[in-house]
Amino acid sequence: MPQNPSNVEPARRTSNPEPQTPKRFVGLLDRLTPRKNDPDVPPSPSVADDPVFATKALRKFLTTLTSRESPVLLDLGPVVGSNVSFFGEQLGCKIFVEDIFADLDRHVREGKLEALPELLKKRFPQESGTVDGILCWDVIDYMDKASAQELAKELTRLLRPEGALLGFFASAHRPDVRYTKYIIVDEVNLKYRTYPASRGKQSILLNRDIIRLFSGLRVSDSFLLQNNLREILFRKPA
Amino acid sequence: MEKDIVNIGKSVVIKGELNGSEDLTIEGHVEGTIQLRDHVLTIGPNGRIKAQVFAKAVIVLGEVTGNVTASDKVDIRDNGSVDGDIVSPRVAIAEGAHFRGSVDMQRKGQPQAAKPPQPQGGQPQQTQQTQPQPAQRVGA
Repeated sequence: MPQNPSNVEPARRTSNPEPQTPKRFVGLLDRLTPRKNDPDVPPSPSVADDPVFATKALRKFLTTLTSRESPVLLDLGPVVGSNVSFFGEQLGCKIFVEDIFADLDRHVREGKLEALPELLKKRFPQESGTVDGILCWDVIDYMDKASAQELAKELTRLLRPEGALLGFFASAHRPDVRYTKYIIVDEVNLKYRTYPASRGKQSILLNRDIIRLFSGLRVSDSFLLQNNLREILFRKPA
Repeated sequence: MEKDIVNIGKSVVIKGELNGSEDLTIEGHVEGTIQLRDHVLTIGPNGRIKAQVFAKAVIVLGEVTGNVTASDKVDIRDNGSVDGDIVSPRVAIAEGAHFRGSVDMQRKGQPQAAKPPQPQGGQPQQTQQTQPQPAQRVGA
């Protein structure tokens, strides 16, 4: 059963909004900061408008990686440039971006969902036990059982002993058919931005189902956020 | 003094090894290897590259299939596309850019990205290569 049945929008926090500078003043900051109407500056997406929510597990996930020299990270979400920069700067790591949402979307569009588990078996070229951290985000929520099982098996194979996997799982059903792009603000805050999907989340997994799914891993930390998202940090036993 | 920037136009197709010691913008097609050790390589919106790329900085507005190594920065702009592995201390990927592969960002003090052997200076030039290295695809 969902632990929090209310279907509440994720908490909208303003992450230290910078004071607005009146337009009539042209100060030093105006000279240093690119202006939106500057033709030389590429149009910036409305990142500042994206809702922010607090994350408890990301910092712990990062902690597991900082002890490693040049850790290897696997990101299953769509590529987010600022996330790549964040991990690169924080950890000096190597990041593999493997957008599973794109694979899922393609299979749904082509009506070949039954072929997805087979694809996932061969999807990851990395050697077993070579990945230090996996950002699974909420991709499991969108999968049917067979695909989720195959993906979990592959991710477990890829993780090195003591490696960490960060997964998000919904605890309440949402009717909208959209994927979510998670954008790291800092160690304790994430922004999210939704984008169109071919199908919505399939089911609300119970905690015990998630634990069974990742039976080769152990749950290190688990948090239920105000926005009904469960953050679960798994570790692979040594 | 004006900085030299060489432009490879839309209709130009190069197969082989491209070396140079000045900034270069490619709007055409290049297959093989591109080496601009200390200079900026820009793949224009019309540029289509199937090559291993080595440069100081690489700006991608077009399409690159192959591994990209930059000693300073790789910048994939909106609508730019890279299918391959990136090795660079700084990487920027714009919203709307396509990227598939891995990103290896070394920290300062870590060994720099491997530079290709036998660097050559002079004007960008096309040299015949008997067996150009095929671009590596990443992922399944």
